[in-house]
Amino acid sequence: MTGNHSTPTNFRRWGWLAAAAVLFLPSCRAGEGPYFVTYSHQTEEPGNLELTTKNITGKPADGNRFGATAVELEYGVTAWWTSELYLDGQVTGGESTLFTGYRWENRFRLLPREHWINPMLYVEFENINGADKTLLEVVGHDGAADLTGPNADARLEKKREIEAKLILGSYFKGWTIAENFIAEKNVHHAPFEFGYAAGLSRPLALAARPERCNFCLENFQAGVEVYGGLSTHQDFGFSDTSHYVAPVAAWTLASGTTFKISPSFGITDSSAGFLLRFGVTYEIAQFGRTVHNLLRGGRP
Amino acid sequence: MKGLLYLILAAPCAWGQTPLQDAPPAAAARPNPLPENERSRTAGAKLFARECAACHGSNREGIGRALPLDRPEVYQAPPGAIFWVLRNGHVTRGMPSFAHLPEPQRWQIVAFLRSVPKLH
Repeated sequence: MTGNHSTPTNFRRWGWLAAAAVLFLPSCRAGEGPYFVTYSHQTEEPGNLELTTKNITGKPADGNRFGATAVELEYGVTAWWTSELYLDGQVTGGESTLFTGYRWENRFRLLPREHWINPMLYVEFENINGADKTLLEVVGHDGAADLTGPNADARLEKKREIEAKLILGSYFKGWTIAENFIAEKNVHHAPFEFGYAAGLSRPLALAARPERCNFCLENFQAGVEVYGGLSTHQDFGFSDTSHYVAPVAAWTLASGTTFKISPSFGITDSSAGFLLRFGVTYEIAQFGRTVHNLLRGGRP
Repeated sequence: MKGLLYLILAAPCAWGQTPLQDAPPAAAARPNPLPENERSRTAGAKLFARECAACHGSNREGIGRALPLDRPEVYQAPPGAIFWVLRNGHVTRGMPSFAHLPEPQRWQIVAFLRSVPKLH
């Protein structure tokens, strides 16, 4: 009985603690470069919490305009392990707004030191429905046709999937180069689906200016990413798959908040013609330590 | 596969306790290509506040497992050794790699860390 009475109090307490942590904690530079789909091998600093929205909008040729959002909470568990929770939703013109599911992903750095090419293992479980339009990755035969079905029907399709990625990352003379190889499997009977993503980006200036500034060139990053599906293990290849080329740009304020934008252009018949991605990232430094201290009754 | 597993498991044992001393001699001998002047140190201080202070403290005093950096071992260390630690981190002790920062920015942080902290 005691537990039943204390549960709402605990929820309120956790809510206040989280709010206090956000208010009291310092922010720091957020983001892992300007990419939306491609992962580099950068990990989150241990104890830091990064809050990101990844938004996408588009109008498929045979469907209604839609907007989708993935809210991402990324936490640095250790210096070699980063964990993330995604909450997905979408709205489609003339239809409905709905929550489409969640994803839990973990990234593990495989080598302790930096090399020319740095591997990272990514493992994700996603529990989403067929109406999800966040397009956080493209695998198999994913294409424009997946964006046109009515929400009422699409939401009935359950997608419980395990996804693995091999992330390869390099830094060379200010350039960030990343390649991702993706394998995805529905936990029910379904073929393995494959995909890829690759990105190249660079800040507009490599050295920092001494003054605190919002418009210094060092705060801007530009690049390009390409991504697409590689069909399934039964018919591996490019046949009937969608592929995108997407210039990317990011701007980080002196406060650490990062804004990103990326127009994406489909380059095959199966692809959506044009998609616009945009997002905001804010990082809370040492969130874990502050929450721990608050729970112990100390100062943030 | 066995080799990779061995590498992952053996790495913490093979890694010494003091990150600066782990820098290979060739890496430690690298000079700072930037002049360690007031401009570099000020830019480095800005970067330190953004990238490092949350763990190491705004006065480099160290917090928890994050080592203090206001020590002669740090500001008298060879610039190449500090740069090597920034590039590789010390993942088994909680310090991630900062290789994502462009090289000039890491050298600016080195210039800042090699300056004697001002007393407050």
